[in-house]
Amino acid sequence: MFGYYLDLALRSLKRHKVLTLLMVLSLALGIGACITTTTVLRLLSGDPLPQKSGQLFYPQVDPNAKEGYIAGQTEPPATMTYVDAMFLLHAHRAKRQAAVALTSGKIAPQRANERPFYSDGVQTTADFFGLFDAPFEYGSGWTAADDEGGSQVIVIAGFLNQKLFGGANSVGKTIRMNDHDFRIVGVLKPWSPQPRFYALDLGGHDYGGDGDAMFLPLKTAMDLKMGPQDIECYNAVTDVDNLAAAPCMWLGVWAELPDQAAVADYRTFLANYAKQQVAQGRFSRDETALLDLMGWLRDQQVVPDDVRLQAGLAYGFLLICVLNTVGLLLAKCLRRSREIGVRRALGATRGAIFGQFMVEAGIVGLVGGVLGLCFAELGLFGIRHQPAEYASLAHLDLSMFLFTFVVAVMASLVAGLLPAWRACAVAPAPQLKAS
Amino acid sequence: MEILPILASLRKHRIPTVLIVLEIALTCAVLCNAVFMIGQRVSAIRLPNAIDEHSLSTVGLSGTDEKTAGSDIPRNLAALRGIPGVQAVGAISTLPLSHNNWGWSFGTSPDESIFNKKTVNFSLFFLGEGADKALGLRLLEGRFFNADDYADSSFGSAPLPETHVTLVTHSIAERMWPGQSALGKTYYTTSHYYTVVGVIADVLRPNIDGQGEASNYFSAFYPMSAEGSKGNLRRYVLRSAPGDRDRVMRAAEQKLIELNPNGVTKSAIYSDMRDQYFADMRSMAWMLVLVCVVMLAVTAFGIVGLTSFWVGQRRQQIGIRRAVGASRGHIMQYFQTENFLLSGAGVVLGVALAYGINLYLMRHYEITRLPWYYLPVSAIVLWGLGQLAVLGPALRAANVPPVVATRSA
Repeated sequence: MFGYYLDLALRSLKRHKVLTLLMVLSLALGIGACITTTTVLRLLSGDPLPQKSGQLFYPQVDPNAKEGYIAGQTEPPATMTYVDAMFLLHAHRAKRQAAVALTSGKIAPQRANERPFYSDGVQTTADFFGLFDAPFEYGSGWTAADDEGGSQVIVIAGFLNQKLFGGANSVGKTIRMNDHDFRIVGVLKPWSPQPRFYALDLGGHDYGGDGDAMFLPLKTAMDLKMGPQDIECYNAVTDVDNLAAAPCMWLGVWAELPDQAAVADYRTFLANYAKQQVAQGRFSRDETALLDLMGWLRDQQVVPDDVRLQAGLAYGFLLICVLNTVGLLLAKCLRRSREIGVRRALGATRGAIFGQFMVEAGIVGLVGGVLGLCFAELGLFGIRHQPAEYASLAHLDLSMFLFTFVVAVMASLVAGLLPAWRACAVAPAPQLKAS
Repeated sequence: MEILPILASLRKHRIPTVLIVLEIALTCAVLCNAVFMIGQRVSAIRLPNAIDEHSLSTVGLSGTDEKTAGSDIPRNLAALRGIPGVQAVGAISTLPLSHNNWGWSFGTSPDESIFNKKTVNFSLFFLGEGADKALGLRLLEGRFFNADDYADSSFGSAPLPETHVTLVTHSIAERMWPGQSALGKTYYTTSHYYTVVGVIADVLRPNIDGQGEASNYFSAFYPMSAEGSKGNLRRYVLRSAPGDRDRVMRAAEQKLIELNPNGVTKSAIYSDMRDQYFADMRSMAWMLVLVCVVMLAVTAFGIVGLTSFWVGQRRQQIGIRRAVGASRGHIMQYFQTENFLLSGAGVVLGVALAYGINLYLMRHYEITRLPWYYLPVSAIVLWGLGQLAVLGPALRAANVPPVVATRSA
């Protein structure tokens, strides 16, 4: 029976070529737009560290003045002062913790006749690599003793190792950064979480890139006056070079808390710390926050507004395209009332007519889906050539590929439902009489 | 034209009627909001900026020793001045739309502190001697900095310049001292104060947010001596004829590398830098334009398809009308009026929907209220589109010969 419907549907589609083309094209355009934007949206709102994101938490405290504070409504700032960050780290209330700031440094070339260049870097503490599962190609991170002593040690990214040492094991070698010698202790494998969650409010980009090029101990960077990318001050600053004591926020702190009990404990610890600081007069607000990684990404609205708007727009557009297809299919099937009448009179049931028209709609959907996939690939190709920082990430994956067909067939079946129902409601007698 | 028979006929085709009205309504709603978003982006991209945008190129120089800046900067400037075609050069801390922002909050009374609600956040620009002319800042009132102002200014340990003179933009003057002349007025933050010696035409900040807001122009300028700059005069601006910019920029970069073998340079033509800043917005605007065009096309083809079907279905009716004396014009008019009514219903619904979507977007995104005139304009566009789309099928209907009436369908 299905074969017969298929044959009928193909004949009917062939008979009205322009109409069929219009239906397929409009469905394909809607689907193409939808898949393109959904792919981008999914990529950008993905989990950068799926194996661990549930255990990573971002504590926040608020050293700002009382003015403008509304209890329960004012969120604490995104970054911390050195004093607060160091207190949290030294309290050791989490399995691992790290304080993070971004920086950049001038790297001297290894060979003569080459120019020095700047690279993006992270100033952080020893547990950073274990905390975020950053994979090492050679060597390892530095130790807590290096943190305390401000040793001039450095971990470099694979691409920087490639550039400087041709990819050889460079552990133990020295590089010159900002006119100081650093000993390489580790080389990372390619590591570039998307979004770059550990640095959302620290300045710089959220998406794209090959990852940061170098990682060095926080204290070392401070000793060498390598300023962080972004500083927020909440009070008059007398000595900006002494960031350890300045009333300025510039560090993000991350804590690894393996279970619910650890999270609850840390929350209490953080709240107590804020209350104690208020009692001592250092803070005037006792608001704290402890979001997990995905919660933090949502809180920071890391997915650009434009991407979400585009997705919304694409769904609106698909709706218009589906409506359009419904209208055209309906027009087509009502025009064939007489044919339906004849088939009904010859013994076809309502179900059979319904089935026939749904098959026809399904074919339109399938073809629309295939064409839509082409449009989506075209759209993603377009996005890869956009100036946006996430451009290079835009690729169709298998799940989106399958999703396209689900959307296409769903859309066409929804579009086919009404015309098919109208078609099977056609009464045979008047149609036969008219002819 | 009689409307009642049209309504009667539409009532018989309830489902297609509802579909086409819905499609027009949705198109209208999406169109209004999309065009509004395009407009917002275009106005941001075209924000005026009172520097000599089309004559400037810039070379950033970093990684040099801050301690010798006092002699390095004048030497570098002298070398750059020697490049043929260079009309003026200067060293500066940052440029409008360069993303490199240094902000601080100030108030109008001496006891202001940074966390005071009444303070206003400015972007700070530090000018080396001559940078005002190189940039082409336009003075509205007062004076530019003089040699003494430059010589007396330096950085100490605070993140604010140790000077007491400043140039502010017109927008700052209006915000801080509305209705008064800003000349001679002073603004404060704990431990520092600055007196306005000149008001200049609006210069954009290194980062702007939102559109059409005066705060995009809250830029304040301070003099800075080379020796006291503590590494903050890292950017050289060169002014030349627009056609020379590329050559001048390359020559300048080469010269700075020669003079500062330990330094790292980064050069750009200013208008490229500005384009770069708005590249995201521009591509979003183009994407929105594309969606609008395709959406209008889909809607138009939908109308063509459905009306063609109606015309086909009513061939006999049309024939009868023609046989009893209706002219071609009457038949055309029938379909045009029908479409006018459908579009009208769609547009009314669409305008309400557009407004609803706008309210939703206002709650969740940085989008302002849809100006009222978008609604009638998009209504007219859709009406026009409907009439255009119906023209073909209506002409075909008008060409139905009266003799059709005598044949059975």
